[in-house]
This record gives sequence, C-alpha cells and structure tokens, in this order.
Amino acid sequence: MSETSTTLYDQLGGEAAVNAAVDIFYRKVLEDYRINRFFDNTDIEKQAAKQKAFLTMAFGGPNNYNGADMRQAHAHLVKKLGLDDSHFDAVMEHLGATLRELNVPQNLIAQVAAIAESTRNDVLGR
Amino acid sequence: MSSKKISLNDREVECLEGDSVLDALLREHIDIPHACREGSCQSCMMRSLEDAPPAAAQQGLKDVLRHQNYFLACLCYPQADMSISLGASPASFSECTVTAKELLNPETLLLTMECLEPMDFYAGQFVNLKRADGLTRSYSIANNRIHAHKLTFHIRRLAGGRFSEWAHRELAIGDSIAVSDPQGLCYYLPNNPDQNLLLIGTGSGLAPLAGIISEALHHGHGGEIHLYHGSREMDGLYWIEEMRQLERQYPNFHYTACVSRGDAPQGIAQGRANEVAMAALPSLKGWRVYLCGHPDMVNKAKRQAYLRGASFQDIYSDAFHVASTTLD
Repeated sequence: MSETSTTLYDQLGGEAAVNAAVDIFYRKVLEDYRINRFFDNTDIEKQAAKQKAFLTMAFGGPNNYNGADMRQAHAHLVKKLGLDDSHFDAVMEHLGATLRELNVPQNLIAQVAAIAESTRNDVLGR
Repeated sequence: MSSKKISLNDREVECLEGDSVLDALLREHIDIPHACREGSCQSCMMRSLEDAPPAAAQQGLKDVLRHQNYFLACLCYPQADMSISLGASPASFSECTVTAKELLNPETLLLTMECLEPMDFYAGQFVNLKRADGLTRSYSIANNRIHAHKLTFHIRRLAGGRFSEWAHRELAIGDSIAVSDPQGLCYYLPNNPDQNLLLIGTGSGLAPLAGIISEALHHGHGGEIHLYHGSREMDGLYWIEEMRQLERQYPNFHYTACVSRGDAPQGIAQGRANEVAMAALPSLKGWRVYLCGHPDMVNKAKRQAYLRGASFQDIYSDAFHVASTTLD
C-alpha cells in the first residue's frame, strides 16, 4: 500500500463511521451468549460510551488510551468470571464482522484489527 | 471578534479568540473532566446558565440536554460572554400548599399541591420535596405542564420510609412544603410527533409516565403510544380505569397493566411489565422509550430496548432508588 497523507481515522470516515460501527458492534457483543454475561452488571449506556472510545482508538482516532486503566477495568472479570483469550477472540470476531458489514476495505480492517489486538494483554491482565 | 468572559462559580476567565471554553478553563488550571477534545466522548459537558450556547457546541447531545442548554466545552467557541456551570445548578426551593390527598391504592397517595408562582417544568421531571426539618425526597411530577400552578405526585408508602410515612399520615391539606426547581431529563418534547413511544413503569413509576402521556396527547402526538404498567400484585396497580378511558378516547394510545406474581385477572397481563412489552414489540427501531420505576426493571429494559433497535439517544429513564433501608 502506498503512503497516503490522510490518517486511518479519516479514511474510515471519522466520528460518523465510529458511531455507525458502535451501533452494530455493541449489539453483536450484547447478543453473543459467549460473552454477554460480562456485561450483566453494567449500565449499558455508559458501557456504550466506552465502546465508542475503544472503537475510536482502534480506528486510529483521538484517544487517551491507558493500559493501566484497561487492566484495572477488566481485572475482576479475569479473576471472578474467567475472562480469557476465547472471549477476546469473540470480540475481535464481532469487530471484523461489523467492519465487513459496513463495507470497509480489507486492508483497513486489518489495520483496525491490529490496533485492537494490541490491547489484548492489557484486557487479560498479562 | 474579541475575547469573551466566561463565568464559572465565582471565577471569571478570559476566553481568547479561537480558543474553546475548554481551552480557556484548562489554561486557568480549572479542572474540567475531558478526554477526546473533539466532541465525541462528551466528558466535558457543561451547562450555560443564561443564554443558549452556540448550536455547534451541542452536537451529538440528547435533545433534552440541548433544550436545557447543555453543551460540550471542547466544541464551544463563545459568541458572547457566558455564565456556565459544571453539572446541575444548585436547586432553589419555593413554597407550595397541599390542596388534596387521595389514595390511589392501599399504598399510593395522590398528593396535589398549588404553587404561588407557576413552575416551569416538563412532564416527567421530578422535584425534591423538603419537610420543615430538612428531610428531603425526590418525587416525579405526575401532571402535564399546562397546569403550571398545580403539581401532583404519587407517593408510595414504603415500610420504614420516613418521608412517605409522614406524607401519608401527617401531612395535611393546607400545610405548606418546600419544593425544588424541576430536575431530570426524562421528559417529553413535542419535537417529533410521529415517533412511536414506548413507556414502561413499575409501581409509582406511572406518575412521570402519566404526565408524559398527557403532555404528548395534548400536543396531538400522532405516533403510537404504548404504556405498560406493572406491579407484583393487583394492589400495586392504579388508574386502570382512567387509562382504559384514555385508550377509548385516543386510538393511538395503548395500555397494558401487568402483574408479575400469581395469576392475572382477566384483562391484565401476567409477567413483568418490561417482559410483556418486549414480547409484544419485537422491533423498536426509531422508537422513543421511557422507563421509570424499579432500578432493575429500568436497567434490564434499557438493554432490551437497545437490542431491539432503539438508539440510546431515544431511551429516557428514571430509576427510583429508595432511601429507605428497610424495604423488602
């Protein structure tokens, strides 16, 4: 791929694209029996804002990602509910499916997936 | 254009041309929550206390928030001097007089008050009622804003509830009580008259919903309006006949009363109100949803409504957290 002057975030369509993606992605996550129990005790509206922050980051947009916060936020899920790689994989699956549904080109999907993948060890507390 | 003055609490800050309100406040080391600085995280939401903020600073906010002059500091480039606050402004109280008391069911009191000054509220909002000794509780206004001098409340008697016991037993017609400015964002705006509305309430959660419905019908709301009112047992329901009457009067209004325990009598649905509603309405795409009452119901129904296609922008809720610790 040749170098372009626009960022990944711009190529994806910026905030409007994030909003469209959150709408599809978060519903997929909440409907997935493999992982929706992790959200049982959350205020889903507040959680949606976090999903948006996460997707904004994965889209290469403005963020203040903090690995320590990510660890802390998921620590009790890892410890008490057994959050592990299989669950992270499920989320990655939904992220890919969401982007395909939005007709995002494969090379951009790969870039988003790589950024999201970079949070795995923080999420799983390793 | 020159710089503008921003007043926040007792401070006055200069906002230079080309700077956002957030830039100006942070420069003065005023700690304002913020993150993305481009209007997407909404963590720097503030409220303009006098004039409406620039429209561009309200991008992406719920309509009731825009209506109440909330804005995002990071997107706000002031056109004029502004007086702003972080969070809700401190409530002021006015005196109202009790004009009627009537039982709606064995546990719920319909309390009616008259205010000297008309109150600028929206149906669905709540106020704080303050007893002379300072004991304060929040109650939803159950009437519409056409009656701006009159306020009605549904006060459910809670075992060991200091305020509700007192209101039921001792508060008398002619007594006066302090009432705060109206608060809360779970209310009706007549800006989308064709939108379908789903309202789910448990117990005295019917109060704000009844106000919202009466306001919507008063404005000639054209979309379908579905109300589900639930309680554990028949004793906890009320206004069944009134709601059925309203149903006969307005073809777009639909009412279902629900009981969650034991067998339901004829004409009453069996099951929790949110479950009954969701079974009947598989798609809520484009709907506006109001949820009032028990926190567990509100939380659950919010998720169900979202998964059925309602957007968070269109889900309004008021969870009734009770102060009393001796509840069953």
